[in-house]
Amino acid sequence: MISVSNINKTFGENHVLRGISAEFKDGVCNLIIGGSGSGKTTLLKCMVGLHAPEIGSVLYDGRDFTRMNFEERIEIRQEIGMLFQGSALFDSLNVEDNIMFPLNMFTQKRRKEKLEQANFCLERVNLAGKNKLFPAELSGGMKKRVGIARAIAMNPKYLFVDEPNSGLDPKTSIVIDELIKELTEEYNSTTVVVTHDMNSVMGIGENIIFLHQGQKWWEGSNKEIAHTDNDELNDFVFASKFMEAARGKL
Amino acid sequence: MLFHSLGKYILLLKAVFRRPEKWNIYRKEIFKEMDSIGVGSLGIIAIISVFLGAVTTVQTAFQLVSDLIPKSVIGGIVRDSSILELSPTISAIVLAGKVGSSVASQIGTMRVTEQIDALEIMGINSPGYLILPKIIGAVTTIPLLVIISIGLSIMGGYLAGTASGATTSQDFITGLTTDFNPFTFTVSMVKAVIFAFIITSVSAYQGFYTNGGALEVGQSSTRAVVISCIMILFADYVIAQLLL
Repeated sequence: MISVSNINKTFGENHVLRGISAEFKDGVCNLIIGGSGSGKTTLLKCMVGLHAPEIGSVLYDGRDFTRMNFEERIEIRQEIGMLFQGSALFDSLNVEDNIMFPLNMFTQKRRKEKLEQANFCLERVNLAGKNKLFPAELSGGMKKRVGIARAIAMNPKYLFVDEPNSGLDPKTSIVIDELIKELTEEYNSTTVVVTHDMNSVMGIGENIIFLHQGQKWWEGSNKEIAHTDNDELNDFVFASKFMEAARGKL
Repeated sequence: MLFHSLGKYILLLKAVFRRPEKWNIYRKEIFKEMDSIGVGSLGIIAIISVFLGAVTTVQTAFQLVSDLIPKSVIGGIVRDSSILELSPTISAIVLAGKVGSSVASQIGTMRVTEQIDALEIMGINSPGYLILPKIIGAVTTIPLLVIISIGLSIMGGYLAGTASGATTSQDFITGLTTDFNPFTFTVSMVKAVIFAFIITSVSAYQGFYTNGGALEVGQSSTRAVVISCIMILFADYVIAQLLL
């Protein structure tokens, strides 16, 4: 479980996160949702240590990540897998080497074992046999799946996913969402997904945190989200004509 | 602002020289960088060096109007100019353009496409992994390039001098072998090592702190070349003042 407590983050005069506290549970998909500029990605980056919050703490199963130095964080970081919005694959490495990269850095496994693990991860994301392709040769959806394969290469306890569906067609988005849900259950990982995609919210949102103007505005599940009297959340959820039309059936 | 940047640069260097996670991965990267920086720059260094020597010979001959000065002086001037100034400094300025812009844009692109964030998330010391191999690659290969440059510059001077009739083969070789001070070679190597460090560290710094997108990567790359060139010339003066 990951607990964040009273997270505050500012960039100059811009107070992006205002006292956010939340708990992210094991074995379920925890979603952080909100409009553009609400602080979703900033919260995620504070949680993984890419941003340092001015106030507040992030606890990984009771271990205070925010108080640790670089060396102390390494142990937790090896338990973290992350899929970035743009996949962030290393351009100079092919698919296989991208997935083996953390294994090369942090394990003493032999090349054959690492290759087996990379192939297993590739099979898991339905990309078996694509080992030798370079990131420039992959479609957006394939890049995301390779990003997921790299994220799970070290069998992570904590999985972070930033905007998994940005730039993808609806069908591929569903495939990625289902994959994230399957992997979460399979590894019993604490998965945190940042998204503003309502299909993801309704499909995999078991525990949802809604951010508005840098504050936690609402918390609940996808079963509850359509039946709240929170105006800001309703504005967000039913912004599209499709969701508005489906409102009565939810 | 200047002190803020200087502080950030020093902190980055501190992170660069932190103990590597796995030496054999770094070793591979170092060899890759040695190939890219050293072998990859051999062609351009060879071409400019030959012409530098040739131009020095022709211009020195043009200025030697007195019959009291022997033509053999040309060989000595070409040798000392090449060793002390032309080969290390001009090569470094050319390499600041070629290697520096490449380092800054490579690291800058990694920054804006979140590849550096991905390294950090994995628990890898990203400055060390990305910058240390480039610095080691440069400080080992650039002095070798300078040695090659010195040889080719003198050869270019010899060819231009004998072909144009500015000097005879014998005069040139006499000048080349007379009154050679080996310390000039030491100064040249000191310059090469320091210039190599400046090119890679300054360019890596510019790339590492790129913010934004493709436009900013281009700006970082330009800044890397400009600042490296200024720093090289400043260091050139300081080294000359201190060592000669």
